[in-house]
Amino acid sequence: MSCNKEYIKKMHDYLDGDISAEEESLLRRHLEDCEDCQKHFHELHRTIALIKSAERMEAPVGFTENVMNKLPTEKKSVKYKRWFKHHPILVAAAIFFLLMIGSLSSTFNQGTDQLVVSAQEELVVDGDTVIVPEGVTVSGDVYVKNGDLLVLGTVDGNVTLFNGELLDGESELEGGGLMASAGGVNGELETVDQTFEWIWYHIKNFFKGLFAF
Amino acid sequence: MDQFIKKKIIEVKKGDQSAFSDVVSFYQDKIYQHCYRMLGNKHEAEDIAQEAFIRAYVNIDSFDESRKFSTWLYRIATNLTIDRMRKRKPDFHLDAEVKGTEGLDMYSQLASTERLPGEEVESRELQRYIHHEISQLPSKYRSIIMLRYLEEFSLKEISEILDVPLGTVKTRIHRGREALRKRLRHV
Repeated sequence: MSCNKEYIKKMHDYLDGDISAEEESLLRRHLEDCEDCQKHFHELHRTIALIKSAERMEAPVGFTENVMNKLPTEKKSVKYKRWFKHHPILVAAAIFFLLMIGSLSSTFNQGTDQLVVSAQEELVVDGDTVIVPEGVTVSGDVYVKNGDLLVLGTVDGNVTLFNGELLDGESELEGGGLMASAGGVNGELETVDQTFEWIWYHIKNFFKGLFAF
Repeated sequence: MDQFIKKKIIEVKKGDQSAFSDVVSFYQDKIYQHCYRMLGNKHEAEDIAQEAFIRAYVNIDSFDESRKFSTWLYRIATNLTIDRMRKRKPDFHLDAEVKGTEGLDMYSQLASTERLPGEEVESRELQRYIHHEISQLPSKYRSIIMLRYLEEFSLKEISEILDVPLGTVKTRIHRGREALRKRLRHV
């Protein structure tokens, strides 16, 4: 042991990149003069190179599979999520279907209490009853929702009733008593009462509209 | 690659188990090798390396994504190997001679007149020999030398992995280098 331990400490600091410029030049100057330290320094460098060249090895075959098999089972919700991810078309179809049902039921529910009548001027509204007055011809399709329709005159078009019914002229007009001529509808008469039919009606219309092109 | 691992970790955190298999295949060689060098036994190395990945998976929620995943994973693996060695046998026969001496008594006998062979190491035999010499180091030096020169972590990262102060890491790497220098001088 010929040299100061200080210099060997400096060599290690140098190898760790943990040395000031001042100390480094001090070390350099010393190494130029001291053969033993030079050799020591060289050996350290070489040791590091040798360590880095040590045998590399690979994990045994099937290592990843073994680990994966040993993992605790995952939460169910995640399994579904991943399934969704891998079947985007099915998910899109399901979402579309849900939205369609949702929008239909919302349009259905929107006016459950309200009377909705198509816009012909000739129609007379009396409470929950829509009347086509006697001797009047209503042109165009008549649409009544949440109300009854009493046809005394003539409707020149289709009639659609939701949640309501076509009233019998005679019985309704007991008060008037003189209703001789029954109203006529020159078109299709369609009465829709239940939710399901309401949806069905919309779907039918949707496809009718689709194929109309 | 860091970005890839980060993405996978986030997926695993969300509960996607299959994303973890990419993490395992990416690190399996490194972690297995690390365990093997620490334990010196293939069977135990495989066992502990697997355990390390399983623990990482189970505790993934405690991993802070702003930090390096490899550091965290190595820390788990290193702790497991140390536990295993403790159970196996005491491993401080070489520490005794340096205790309380700041490790400087290792810097002895500098003189050697033998010629040094070239820097390149090619033969597999030599690689094995080096591996063997590393494995003969006391574990607390061995782990640091390996992490520094084979896994290329910075000293700061090593102090995080081993949970020892930076100063201690420096002292130990100095001692480890000196010890190996003596062992490999005649190669």
